[in-house]
Amino acid sequence: EGGAVPPGRRGTRPGHMTRHQRPCHPLWTRGFCDRIGESDSFSSPLSPKLDMSEMVPPEVRPKPAVPAKPAHVVPSSAHTPHGPGAGGPGSGGSTLLGYIGIDTIIEQMRKKTMKTGFDFNIMVVGHSGLGKSTLVNTLFKSQVSRKSAGWSRDEKIPKTVEIKSVSHVIEEGGVKMKLTIIDTPGFGDQINNNNCWEPIEKYINEQYEKFLKEEVNIARKKRIPDTRVHCCLYFISPTGHSLRQLDIEFMKHLSRVVNLIPVIAKSDTLTPDEKTDFKQRVRKELEICGIEFYPQKEFDEDTEDKSDNDKIREAMPFAVVGSDKEYQVNSKRVLGRKSPWGVVEVENPNHCEFSLLRDFLIRSHLQDLKEVTHNIHYETYRAKRLNDNGGLHPISTGVGDTQESNL
Amino acid sequence: SGMDAILQEKLAEKLLSVRGRSTRQKDRQYVGFATLPNQVHRKSVKKGFDFTLMVAGESGLGKSTLVNSLFLTDLYKDRKLLNAEERISQTVEITKHTVDIEEKGVKLKLTIVDTPGFGDAVNNNECWKPITDYIDQQFEQYFRDESGLNRKNILDNRVHCCLYFIPPFGHGLRPVDVEFMKALHEKVNIIPLIAKADCLTPNEIKKFKDRVRDEIEKFGIKVYQFPECDSDEDEEFKQLDKQLKECTPFAVIGSNTVVEARGQRVRGRLYPWGIVEVENETHCDFVKLRNMLIRSHMHDLKDVTCDVHYENYRAQCIQEMTSKLTQDNRMDSPIPILPLPTPDVETERLIKMKDEELKRMQEMLEKMQQQIHEKDQ
Repeated sequence: EGGAVPPGRRGTRPGHMTRHQRPCHPLWTRGFCDRIGESDSFSSPLSPKLDMSEMVPPEVRPKPAVPAKPAHVVPSSAHTPHGPGAGGPGSGGSTLLGYIGIDTIIEQMRKKTMKTGFDFNIMVVGHSGLGKSTLVNTLFKSQVSRKSAGWSRDEKIPKTVEIKSVSHVIEEGGVKMKLTIIDTPGFGDQINNNNCWEPIEKYINEQYEKFLKEEVNIARKKRIPDTRVHCCLYFISPTGHSLRQLDIEFMKHLSRVVNLIPVIAKSDTLTPDEKTDFKQRVRKELEICGIEFYPQKEFDEDTEDKSDNDKIREAMPFAVVGSDKEYQVNSKRVLGRKSPWGVVEVENPNHCEFSLLRDFLIRSHLQDLKEVTHNIHYETYRAKRLNDNGGLHPISTGVGDTQESNL
Repeated sequence: SGMDAILQEKLAEKLLSVRGRSTRQKDRQYVGFATLPNQVHRKSVKKGFDFTLMVAGESGLGKSTLVNSLFLTDLYKDRKLLNAEERISQTVEITKHTVDIEEKGVKLKLTIVDTPGFGDAVNNNECWKPITDYIDQQFEQYFRDESGLNRKNILDNRVHCCLYFIPPFGHGLRPVDVEFMKALHEKVNIIPLIAKADCLTPNEIKKFKDRVRDEIEKFGIKVYQFPECDSDEDEEFKQLDKQLKECTPFAVIGSNTVVEARGQRVRGRLYPWGIVEVENETHCDFVKLRNMLIRSHMHDLKDVTCDVHYENYRAQCIQEMTSKLTQDNRMDSPIPILPLPTPDVETERLIKMKDEELKRMQEMLEKMQQQIHEKDQ
């Protein structure tokens, strides 16, 4: 029972563990791979049997934080009593003749992750009043938004888009997460909103730059603080017609640099039919404009991924409602919004798609969001920087001394 | 309403006939002009009324649905919503829909002026300009017609009321709302509404209304004010009136569909968690708006448009003209036939026509004068 999944551990259902590794990204340099491959046995990224540790988010070194799904070991082997891969009915092709205990590495990784914890940075964008703070509080079931962090509820709309971030450490089942919410007050609120997405794009690139600078240092920190935006929730106004010009402009620009997840805000203003029509129209418009939201089709790795993600893409954008108030409905306490004609239950899938969003964002794709940010968006930025400058300048650490970069 | 007019008429007739049977003394005292209001009523009912209502606000706020709900029509049956590509080059347009409604013998020619494209672009600088231009044009046209020779059939296209839709998704007035209302408050009666109010809880609605009222005062926006009650109205009426005023801005919901609620078929919206009834006063202020707009203040809206907004425009116009004329050192013409420097094609044609008419009349006059002169001689 070495690799058995302890019962009652939330967020780790067999078969729904975090995504398996991606093939080595063409832009990875040798140096990068070297840094990861501290353990000798995992040298080639595409080794067919033991391909677990190549995908390391560099923030957690030396061991990978995310156990990859081993290619030829059936995931439910953790539960089945017959550890020896003696060719039992479910164990698709293992040729081990005795039990070594390699699968216990999953447990070791998990323990390590729990000790170190991990970061997650989520940005919320949309014009004021669309319920962004409330939704974020509802998602993480705690008062994590800027509004709740004691910042005065600024009554004035700022003249330009500001970027304000607030961090909290939340814990669940022994796992610690440093959650940072990045708010963008002022977006879309002015009369002239030309280029109001620029400060946001700039902020995202600045985080990539910060990370890059740390990475190319000679004396690198053991764990580079990751302030990169892992996910950007874009709030669409529930007009029931179609996307607005500003929505399209923003999403066009930002889907190229960050994982963009559009949601339909305050969707309790749409009847079920209106919701379906609206979603269809929005999806069609996104397609016409070539906007790839997360999960992006081009990053699906295999058919299983593709079918899972296709289902999710078909259901997006999720029509959500947020609330931090509880009401009694049929002798149950539920989160909701109470009106003279009824109570909108936030977690009721017949009322809105909040639970779908939560499950998708937190329970199944949280790690993948980080991986895509690191392997794709960040790498794209890095490659561009390398190409543009023909190599990075000598980097100085924050202290002020000059050291040459190792590139 | 029509019913009232007919009843009053009947009552007047009865009174007259009763009087007819009364003593001579009473006849001597009674003149009979108390029936004048009824005569006016009768004439107006025969002539019919007209009303021009403008709706403004971003797309997707339920403007068309509300108009349909207010007037129980389907004005926007064949409307096609633009897709993303078509909307890129969209500018603010002005569209008009006219419908003739008849109820209990009273005819109403209702014109709805719509403003598609308002506030929908990324850069909405001065997006209200086409709207203010349109309102001014209607004033200008009326001004010319009023000053012209053929005044029997003047068309009154002036905008009597503008319903402005404020999105419920914010926290109060946005910059574009403030600027729009300030650009229009001295040209038209503005009635601000909170759109799609079924997405707010009662508490949120109250906060929102307080906020909007405060901001309207803060920014000095002159929205349409309900006239004060007559002091001789009864308490109940005064109380209702007070309630109405405290309820502004009205939080409205509209619907094109009929649903089954509490055993009745009503206009409403069907949600998984309940049914919103448009005409239920605990759900929204639709009934208050309808009563105010149609059943009690329609006439006052027209009066204020004529007496205040139009007169302001006219005075301003004449002032500009006189200052221009004295600048050019020309003789003051008492009847302004050419008020503004750049009339459009249609008005140019009208001007030409009227000029020719004038000329012909002048020639006739001259001829007549000559004839008289010859006769005298």
